[in-house]
Amino acid sequence: MDMKLKQLSLIIPNEPGALAHTCEVLKKHKINITTLTLADTRDFGILRLITENWEETKKAMESEGLVVKVTDVIAISIPDQVGGLLSILTILNKAHINVEYMYGFSIQDGANSVQVFRLNDIERGVQALTEAHIGIVGTAKLFKKK
Amino acid sequence: MIQRNNPLRALVALVYMANSIIFNPVSAPDYLPQKQLKELQLTRLQQIVNRAYSNVPHFRAKMEAIGVTPNDIQKLEDTAKLPFSMKSDLRDTYPFGLFASPMNDVVRLHASSGTTGKPIVVGYTREDIEVWKNSLVRGMTSIGMTSQDIVQVSYGYGLFTGGLGAHYGAEALGATVVPASGGNTHRQVMLLKDFGITTICCTPSYFIHLIDQAQAMGIDMKTLALKFGIFGAEPWTNEMRAYIENNTNIKAYDIYGLSEIVGPGVAMECIYQAGPHIFEDYFYPEIIDPETGEVLPEGKQGELVLTTLCKQAMPMIRYRTRDLTSITSEPCKCGRTLRRIKRISTRSDDMFIIRGVNVFPTQIETALLAIEGTLPHYQVILRRENNLDTIEVQVEVNAKMVSDTVRDMTALEKRITRNIQQIIGIRVTVKLVQPNTLQRSEGKIKRVTDLRNMNQN
Repeated sequence: MDMKLKQLSLIIPNEPGALAHTCEVLKKHKINITTLTLADTRDFGILRLITENWEETKKAMESEGLVVKVTDVIAISIPDQVGGLLSILTILNKAHINVEYMYGFSIQDGANSVQVFRLNDIERGVQALTEAHIGIVGTAKLFKKK
Repeated sequence: MIQRNNPLRALVALVYMANSIIFNPVSAPDYLPQKQLKELQLTRLQQIVNRAYSNVPHFRAKMEAIGVTPNDIQKLEDTAKLPFSMKSDLRDTYPFGLFASPMNDVVRLHASSGTTGKPIVVGYTREDIEVWKNSLVRGMTSIGMTSQDIVQVSYGYGLFTGGLGAHYGAEALGATVVPASGGNTHRQVMLLKDFGITTICCTPSYFIHLIDQAQAMGIDMKTLALKFGIFGAEPWTNEMRAYIENNTNIKAYDIYGLSEIVGPGVAMECIYQAGPHIFEDYFYPEIIDPETGEVLPEGKQGELVLTTLCKQAMPMIRYRTRDLTSITSEPCKCGRTLRRIKRISTRSDDMFIIRGVNVFPTQIETALLAIEGTLPHYQVILRRENNLDTIEVQVEVNAKMVSDTVRDMTALEKRITRNIQQIIGIRVTVKLVQPNTLQRSEGKIKRVTDLRNMNQN
């Protein structure tokens, strides 16, 4: 089973209506956003999003003239309690793996919260977390829940 | 069906490899001895000046204003006595004021895209179309193309001369023409692959875009049958040629032309890629000092001025092209006696002056190509803020450049900024923009928007 999720990123202008335009494209192609995050600079923003069928989403966006980058990320189920995130980060630190950025899912996994991690070395990250018996939420599990 | 192990085919391949091309009789005028060529040019010059003088009142008035008559043209050098023509002459006489033929004899009209003011209109008689086709057939033959080639014409079809010009030329050669026209990059790549296209005609920047698109589709251009690229309609650089040739199996040839004269096919490079040979029996070239208008000696760089020696519908006498180049009569390895121009990488029209420094869009292209090995679409905006000229380069982020991290994107922005600054020596602001948001055109692309005067008012 594949542990990794495919995240789609695109550049959008940092101005009113830009995010709405992208959402219109998704609506037109009947694509639901599972989760997303927005990073901003002075002139442009980077929109990263996860949908159920990334290939279909990529094709839809490209057909609308948008350029999309595909990146592997992982979703981790984190105990919703004090020190929950720290326990995950400790494992990654020990393996010298850097978290480039992270963001949350609106869905929950029982008593746990699900967070998306973008790691500088995803292969070693998955290995370190699996060895520590940390719950990684793969594509199959993530989209079956809905 | 073509048999792969056909010995004749193998022999033909060997001949190609040796860079020697089977002689096509259509090329005969390319090898006229200089003396004969000059005599032919003079006869045709006298005829065309007479034709314009008798049939085009606008031209006659200009001649009369400086006291020159067709009888003053006794030798080729007397061309210098004739008045220049400029784009403004075409605009002032819009639409048909420069025509020397009745409309009944005109079989085709083309027009420029007209980015500023009225478009300019050009007309062709049946003979003019034949001349146009002939120069293209000679050009295509000079790079080794034959009737066996399959040619994809990806210039825009329509009022722009590029599409139909290349189309008629390739068809007259007997090649198979695929009129793809511009746009729909995905389909262009599919045609290249599925149809076994051997030759493509388009702008060099569009072809670089096609290379990127093919990569995105997982197609290696080196596996295609494509071997000839005929590129024109915009100035380009050695870096662009190298990029194209390194990423494909084609040789990239420069074709030169402009609608006011005939369209593509005024000059074209031969197999030795040593600068376009001018089809001098049809188009008489001079190089002038753009400031004084004086004719410059061979080898000196200046503005190219062309006189159409055979054009019936719309004779152009001493048309100022705004293209900067030089002419050489040094013998070419191909043996053609037609003189060559230096490949045009600068147009005086496109040049802009910022804080006293001359900048050409091709310099910005060189900088962009050097960074990511890709030529994204871009646009230059000039503004005046607090009495200081500023230059902003907007660059469309393509598939090779996009990243999911802010760190990568800002680093890219910095790299582009630094590289452009190093080449042009002026501080620039680089702005990364979303793909497909900058203006597109099918012919010559307008790269520079100058808002400085508007800001002042």
